[in-house]
Amino acid sequence: MGKKPEDVRFAKFGTVSFTKTTRVNDFIDYLEDSKVMYTHCKKCGAEFFPPRADCAGCLSSDMAWREVSGTGRLVSYSQLKYAPVGFDGDLPYSIAMLDYGDYQVFGRLDGDLSLAEVKIGMPMVTVVNELPNGQLNYIFKKA
Amino acid sequence: MLKAAVIGVGQSAFVRSYPGSIRELAFEGFKEAISDAGISAKDIDASVFCSAPEYDKQRSPSAVVAEYLGLNPQPTFYVESLCSSSSTGLKLAYSMVASGVHDVVAVIGLQKMSEISSAESQERMGRGADIQWESPFGTMMPAYYALHAKAHMDKYGTTLEDLAAVRVKAATYGQINERAVYRKAVTPDMFSDPENMMSSPVSSPLRVGDCCANADGTSCLIVANEEKAKLFSKKPVWILGVGAASASVNLTGRDKLHGLKSAELAARQAYAMAGLGPKDIDVAEVHDCFTIAELLAYEALGFAEPGGAKELIQSKETFKDGSIPVNVDGGLLSKGHPIGATGGSQVRTIVLQLRGEAGDMQVKDPTIGLVHNIGGVGIYGNVTIFGNE
Repeated sequence: MGKKPEDVRFAKFGTVSFTKTTRVNDFIDYLEDSKVMYTHCKKCGAEFFPPRADCAGCLSSDMAWREVSGTGRLVSYSQLKYAPVGFDGDLPYSIAMLDYGDYQVFGRLDGDLSLAEVKIGMPMVTVVNELPNGQLNYIFKKA
Repeated sequence: MLKAAVIGVGQSAFVRSYPGSIRELAFEGFKEAISDAGISAKDIDASVFCSAPEYDKQRSPSAVVAEYLGLNPQPTFYVESLCSSSSTGLKLAYSMVASGVHDVVAVIGLQKMSEISSAESQERMGRGADIQWESPFGTMMPAYYALHAKAHMDKYGTTLEDLAAVRVKAATYGQINERAVYRKAVTPDMFSDPENMMSSPVSSPLRVGDCCANADGTSCLIVANEEKAKLFSKKPVWILGVGAASASVNLTGRDKLHGLKSAELAARQAYAMAGLGPKDIDVAEVHDCFTIAELLAYEALGFAEPGGAKELIQSKETFKDGSIPVNVDGGLLSKGHPIGATGGSQVRTIVLQLRGEAGDMQVKDPTIGLVHNIGGVGIYGNVTIFGNE
């Protein structure tokens, strides 16, 4: 019997991933299918972004995947002029957060968006993005 | 619960690069603190070592530091809550003493950040956030606080000039603090001059001048119960209230970015325990790792109403001669921010103020002081209230 290969799908998340494996590795498969997903607790109905394998409310691990869809409201954003080690090639880029009501999503603004067009409170959508190094993340585009 | 007091304080100079090892750095603050308390190492029942990990190579640093300081065979252990590690250490020491388990406890905070490069340091600081879901986007501390600054500016009309005013105040006092890493004056026009480094963008809206500097440094606090405090010290400074709270690491779990809930909760606890309110505070040290952080602190602590921080800095009420002097030792912005040492350094300032020994930085006759120390971007909120009676 050979050793079961380690499931390291999560290493593909973001410019540099600091996590190889997680019980929500299916998130990466959904990204490859152009979908950004969150998890929904089948027992108590709690919703989680980022996705979780376990519910902090009722301790159930029976979760369903649901798609981040529709528009979220821009909570805040910031454009970085310096980057941590490993991210220099992405500069300048902007991190941001969207509020979808039942959950919020943390990510990056669309790099093609002029910051002059960006206003806190504006509706945006979350879209899967392939990075130049072949990694996957998601970005926020104007709705 | 027993009463507990800080009976000795020590701090090294905060410097860009300390020419020695971590145990040698720890010695500098410890020697000053036990000398200040008028005790020797054998009078200390236990020690708590506080730092954030991955700057130096030492695993379990409490052990080598205790050995070097002559604190064997007393128990020693290591705590961390990022930038508030030594406030967490103080709360633990308070609990150990107030419960009667130990009589005298040393809290040693330390960081030798110069062991790694600035970019590596930013990467490690960024990993003090959610490494699974946020760090892959290329986050770092200034960017997280920048999100808060942008949100605060949008909601309350706080301006870049208000942020600059916080730095100008810090530098006013940093110049007279011999232990500070940044001893120069800062003027508002530096922020409007595109050629000046202070105005250089880091993470919008924050500029170089809005950010504190990395530093090497150590702090040490000696905490004692009432009996020992009265035996050893002529001027014990009593711990009247301790508050601490946590918040979600991932920003998606926060209900707002224009304030830090953990700090608000910690303040509420500390005020309730001390039976005091914001108007009773005579002098305060707040966690100004970035200029916006000081404005958020004014509101979290009740020195200003939500959105009112800009008026407080504009009216100079937080300067030394104002109604609520804040960070009159230069704050993190001028002193520098050796992560694990910062909380202890803030406490040292308040203790010296309440003893009337703060020299040129002394405010007039304070009796109640407050320390606000934040770990990460509001992940850990700590507020401690002290009194000299």
